[in-house]
Amino acid sequence: MSVELYDFDQAMAEFDPVLGLEVHVELNTVSKMFCSCANVFGGEPNTRTCPVCLGLPGSLPVVNAKAIESAIRIGLALNCEIAPWCRFARKNYFYPDMTKDFQTSQYDEPIAFNGWVEIDVDGEPFRIEIERAHMEEDAGKSVHVGLSGRIGDADYSLLDYNRAGTPLVEIVTKPITGTGAKAPAVAKAYVAFLRDLMLALGVSDVRMEQGSLRCDANVSLMPKGATQFGLRTETKNVNSLRSIEAALHYEIRRQAALLAGGGKVHQETRHWHEEGHTTPGRSKETAEDYRYFPEPDLVPVAPSPEWIAELRETLPELPDRKRKRLKAEWGFADQEFADIVNAGALDLIEATVAAGASPAAGRKWWLTELARRANEAGCELAELAITPAQVAELQALVEAGTLNDKLARQVIDGVLAGEGSPSDVVTGRGLAVVSDDSALAAAVERAIAANPEVAERIRSGKVQAVGALIGAVMQEMRGQADAAKVRELVLATLS
Amino acid sequence: MALTPADVARLAELARIRLTEDELSALAPQLDVILDAVAGVAEVASADVPLTSHAVPLTNVFRPDVVGPSLAAEAVLAAAPAAEDGRFRVPRILGEEQ
Repeated sequence: MSVELYDFDQAMAEFDPVLGLEVHVELNTVSKMFCSCANVFGGEPNTRTCPVCLGLPGSLPVVNAKAIESAIRIGLALNCEIAPWCRFARKNYFYPDMTKDFQTSQYDEPIAFNGWVEIDVDGEPFRIEIERAHMEEDAGKSVHVGLSGRIGDADYSLLDYNRAGTPLVEIVTKPITGTGAKAPAVAKAYVAFLRDLMLALGVSDVRMEQGSLRCDANVSLMPKGATQFGLRTETKNVNSLRSIEAALHYEIRRQAALLAGGGKVHQETRHWHEEGHTTPGRSKETAEDYRYFPEPDLVPVAPSPEWIAELRETLPELPDRKRKRLKAEWGFADQEFADIVNAGALDLIEATVAAGASPAAGRKWWLTELARRANEAGCELAELAITPAQVAELQALVEAGTLNDKLARQVIDGVLAGEGSPSDVVTGRGLAVVSDDSALAAAVERAIAANPEVAERIRSGKVQAVGALIGAVMQEMRGQADAAKVRELVLATLS
Repeated sequence: MALTPADVARLAELARIRLTEDELSALAPQLDVILDAVAGVAEVASADVPLTSHAVPLTNVFRPDVVGPSLAAEAVLAAAPAAEDGRFRVPRILGEEQ
């Protein structure tokens, strides 16, 4: 099967892309949306089901209060209005991932609507309008058994309903226009923004590889300057930030080739493959196909203004505002600050600064020595066994002259090895810089006596030769001396 | 109302019910009778009567986010027409992906 692809730059010269992004966020409540089965990832199949999430006759769902709270907090963080009254709806479909033959969702009464967020792509701000954020439940997981493991040529399918009934919030954008060639990057930045936001809110694990954050990416093309949107495709199975960008890049090239060749785009769902292409799925259903109707088994949700105000109080400082504030407070250049954010060191440095270190010192330790350790250990900075307070303590020891950088690295070894705080490691390993002048002076005398030719060269004015004597002194002091001080002493002795 | 056989065919498709031409023609006037009967409600309900989806005037019925027991997997699968590997086994899913 060969698919014709247009050159991306050429496509962007001839067409304007319009994006629409649907992001599903699995909430991290301890129990499911409508029943008390545990809400955890994975596990033995069909071990976390009950009459409610299996849709057995006579069972009745009851809404999880925490899920509603999380949905409202997400809505508030997205600058949405919160519905004073809304209902759940049944979305009917024929697919065995729900035993009920419908998904409990919301239709024309989402709990949150009309919001916006502002994201940043390479320093350029984009405002993304949010159409709605609604509550629903996740479906079960299917395994297709057959030649390729794909649904199309499967002999039969196997279903695990552990995930059925997991609370979800689906966040839907309004059409995103005006991005031009940045469309794929904007989509990626938006999903990254949502991921950070959900983490800050503490409402989801947002682990894309486990499916707790999923994105369906809609895109259409229209001739440059047109206002009438083209027919769109919706790409599913996009499970990483990188894939979102790649999938949209691919769809834009594919659609451009179709349109430029005088053809038409089929409005359909497409499936992203990590090897780098999409394949057609089912033709897109219309809302009518789902025969939505109000869920009679769940009473309406009517959050009072007082409750909403209370939940608004629980919102943390949101990531974008925090970044702007810290960048201004710390005074780093754009690239220096971007490095901090990309390394996942923002919160760590903030805490290090709060514990008394300067922003520059915080940045230095976390982005160099500690970044190297994290890299070697194959873990995130935040997973290293050293706290921001300990890093601040380490820096204080350096500034007090107790440690030089070389000793500080040994102290980090000790802290990471579980030997206690930096002070504990200094004491335990006997690492402090020797500041006893008489001990240093004696070492300097010995170094001069052992290297008479070097000493003579320095006396005759070749000051650059001092390095050899500093090295000798440092070696004798096992590195526990301040090199600048040693240099000063050597020169004073020989002058 | 006057439903056409084409309307009935669309409804049948949504409900995944296969009907013959004769059945479509026979069902259209029968469904009309039902719709006419329901339409009578619209005549009685004036604009000041709100749409009703729930019989009881309750809102905000919630449960605390607490984990309770689930069913044993064997019990769950015992109710399945077919099972394999701890999972429900279902026939091939058609019309989803080519």
